Amino acid sequence: MDNNCNTLDSAFHALADPTRRAVIQQLGKGSATVSELAAPFDMALPSFMKHIGVLESSGLIESRKIGRVRTCEIKAKRLADVEKWFDEQRKIWERRYENLDSLLNELNGDKNEY
Amino acid sequence: MNTKLQFDFLVDKQKNTLTIKKEFAASRQQVWDCYTKSELLDKWFAPKPLTTKTSFMNFKEGGYWHYVMIDPDGQEYWSRLDYETITPIENYTALDGFCDASGALNPDLPRSKWDVTFTEKSGNCLVQTIGYYNSTRALEQIIDMGMQDGMTSTLERLDELLVTLAQK
Repeated sequence: MDNNCNTLDSAFHALADPTRRAVIQQLGKGSATVSELAAPFDMALPSFMKHIGVLESSGLIESRKIGRVRTCEIKAKRLADVEKWFDEQRKIWERRYENLDSLLNELNGDKNEY
Repeated sequence: MNTKLQFDFLVDKQKNTLTIKKEFAASRQQVWDCYTKSELLDKWFAPKPLTTKTSFMNFKEGGYWHYVMIDPDGQEYWSRLDYETITPIENYTALDGFCDASGALNPDLPRSKWDVTFTEKSGNCLVQTIGYYNSTRALEQIIDMGMQDGMTSTLERLDELLVTLAQK
């Protein structure tokens, strides 16, 4: 319960700032690198990184560094992707097992004929 | 006919595991054979409308199954399953991996471990499959690839087709 409130608090705090709101808006269109996100702002990179840090610790976005490039994305999108993938895995197993059910029926049917 | 047979699909996002339980109206030996003989695997392992073709199979500890799933457009999805431990008709564990047509594993993608247990349940056979992904990061890499590789969209197309057919 407390934990939920803290998460909400930090999310509201994160969104109270216009720069951070703009970043969230931009990420809503898809993941982007920190330099892409920083481009529209007249701001030194260390200051911009502080905003990214606030968004990240609020749980609204996440970032990962590959080589020298840091890419950010909205976490809800990531969660939705994970949700979708599990749903598709479920479908794959359901279909696979439908096949196995009919194969076993077939094999048992054959056996009964002899 | 088999609508009463158990099917459970459980996701544990904390531990990054998938648990799938399925009951079959057949003996344990028969279901075990379907899981471990390539000529039988080829008949069921790919979800429709994909088909399975075995390229190589050596079902023993340290051996592997190298196979391809082919969609109706001819797109191929190669995988291999390396068998680690085998206790006949009870359990096997294996490492899943994405590879190419030669069987060479894709080193950039993580592998998942599968633990498959076969038990008798009042004349039927219950199969429990647990899939372990090393970390959230490993799982995410597989998800990212899955989003790109198109196999899932093949399944979506099938869903659309089934809806269309049902309307006729």
